[in-house]
Amino acid sequence: MYEILKNLDRRWIFLAMGLAVAIPVLFQLQFPETSSALSEACFNEIENLQPGDRVLLAFDFDPASKGELEPMATSFVRQCSKKKLKLYFMTLWPVGPQMIDEAIDRVIRTDFPEMIYGDDYVNLGYKPGYEGVIKVIISDLKTLYSTDARGTNIDQIPMCRGIDNIRDMNLIINVSAGYPGAKEWIQYAATPYKELPMIAGCTGVQAALLYPYVPAQLPGLLGAIKGAAEYEQLVNDKYDVQAGLVTPPRYLEAKRRMGPQFVAHLLMVGLIILGNITYFLQRSHERRHS
Amino acid sequence: MNDRRKLWAAGWLVFAIWLLYRATLGAGTTYVMQSPAGNWVEAAPIDYAAGVAQFSLIRTLGVWIAAFFTLCILSTMYRDNPFYRFAEAVIVGVSAAYAMVVAFWSGLIPNLFGKLWPAWIQSWAMPGLSAGREDYWWLYFAPLVLGAMLLWRLAPRGAWIARWPLAFIVGTTAGVRLIGYVEADFLSQINATILPLVARETVNQPAAPGATPPIDWGQSLQNCIIVFGVLSALVYFLFSVEHKGLVGKVARVGTWVLMISFGAAFGYTVMGRIALLAIRFEFLFDEWLWLIDPLGRRTGIF
Repeated sequence: MYEILKNLDRRWIFLAMGLAVAIPVLFQLQFPETSSALSEACFNEIENLQPGDRVLLAFDFDPASKGELEPMATSFVRQCSKKKLKLYFMTLWPVGPQMIDEAIDRVIRTDFPEMIYGDDYVNLGYKPGYEGVIKVIISDLKTLYSTDARGTNIDQIPMCRGIDNIRDMNLIINVSAGYPGAKEWIQYAATPYKELPMIAGCTGVQAALLYPYVPAQLPGLLGAIKGAAEYEQLVNDKYDVQAGLVTPPRYLEAKRRMGPQFVAHLLMVGLIILGNITYFLQRSHERRHS
Repeated sequence: MNDRRKLWAAGWLVFAIWLLYRATLGAGTTYVMQSPAGNWVEAAPIDYAAGVAQFSLIRTLGVWIAAFFTLCILSTMYRDNPFYRFAEAVIVGVSAAYAMVVAFWSGLIPNLFGKLWPAWIQSWAMPGLSAGREDYWWLYFAPLVLGAMLLWRLAPRGAWIARWPLAFIVGTTAGVRLIGYVEADFLSQINATILPLVARETVNQPAAPGATPPIDWGQSLQNCIIVFGVLSALVYFLFSVEHKGLVGKVARVGTWVLMISFGAAFGYTVMGRIALLAIRFEFLFDEWLWLIDPLGRRTGIF
């Protein structure tokens, strides 16, 4: 047994992990979710806003992190649309505009056809410049954004009139996959301007780095797909379950992806225990031979 | 051909036949329909069955190419192979070209040329742009000149000219980031660590006015962990004092604090990676092979 474990080809582990993820996806395994304080904080920050309040949705992610971040982006847009907030989309990532378009298609065009582009939501698109963009638009939006993503002059967009900079927003929501992302928004927007609240959803890799900012600089944080599933549940409970409606499957993405997580994590724990057993076996084996 | 190769060849042949069978059933096909606004949007197979959508060859090819590249990338887990190398090269090439084109149209055109010659840019590139110049528009000659100097690096002679704009970039970036880090990661973090070790309840206020609220044991424990965790981790990095006696013991605790945070970060990373694998499997099983239908796009027809 010890010899088998010691010389186990890592490809068997890849295969086991592949099956641990593929089988729950095939059988659509799902588990109930309970919310944590951080996901509730995210939910409440939006819920406490009044209809007509302005929200900046910065979608700083790309297709590589779509699996983790798309469900929370969808839920953010859904809750903001339900609350009748004014949505200002933007991104600091070159492939971000496609993520914004998909979220608008999936939520606004499908379930909120009454929302009018330019009156209720606007897509400001992508700007290169990393944190430099945040640094500029925190004091003057129109220096960088002379037009929206469609090329319309920003002064001709009704909901952009009267906005000098992003300090005019009531909340910043950032969905972040790395640099530039939540950390930069905290550094250049939320920290220097305390009156500008911010919440974020991020990838698992980033989550551990963002926890130190909670709660003073970042009141709410959704960490990876688990955070997304908790927040998704809160939004669905409020707007579907309490209203006696059935949640459409496209708003259950995060919950669906927690099934594979559960099985894969069980496998991971099993492998870590197995690895430790092998280590102790090896140590006793060496002691016996010395 | 040895037995192993024969086995692989047979496996791939069976998979190809099965794939062909799935394709004859419609797997991997994509449909589009016209939205009320007039633009073409993706439609579900049930819309096609209802006669309101039409087959999209381009999008269908997109699904098959995406599936092929997904399998190419996953194949590296078995061993390095030409399919993986090909997919990797395509990703690098496409990403570089895409980033260059997007940066040109989102950065250079509106934010540099559009500021210097707005009427000219409005006439051929951005009809929505205002034709009038801003006050201090001439300031934008500075980035234009610096940008040209940066490109001088490609010239056979005078490559040193590129060092000036590079020095400007390094200097300004260091300055901007320093301010951000000092305020958000240094001062604010110190502020966030100054916590009362004995926290009082704020929700359940005592009935008698002026009386001390009861101790919030959970919050007090959390504050103690934060304060002592930060201090012990900082002591671990105190290399000018030998880690012996009390300092050594505190540094040991600091090591544990660091290990726990590394473990939490690793756990989160694993969760992220599994989510990414799950969405690729979802794509392969749903959009490509039509084995599952989580969104109910084929209900009643397949």
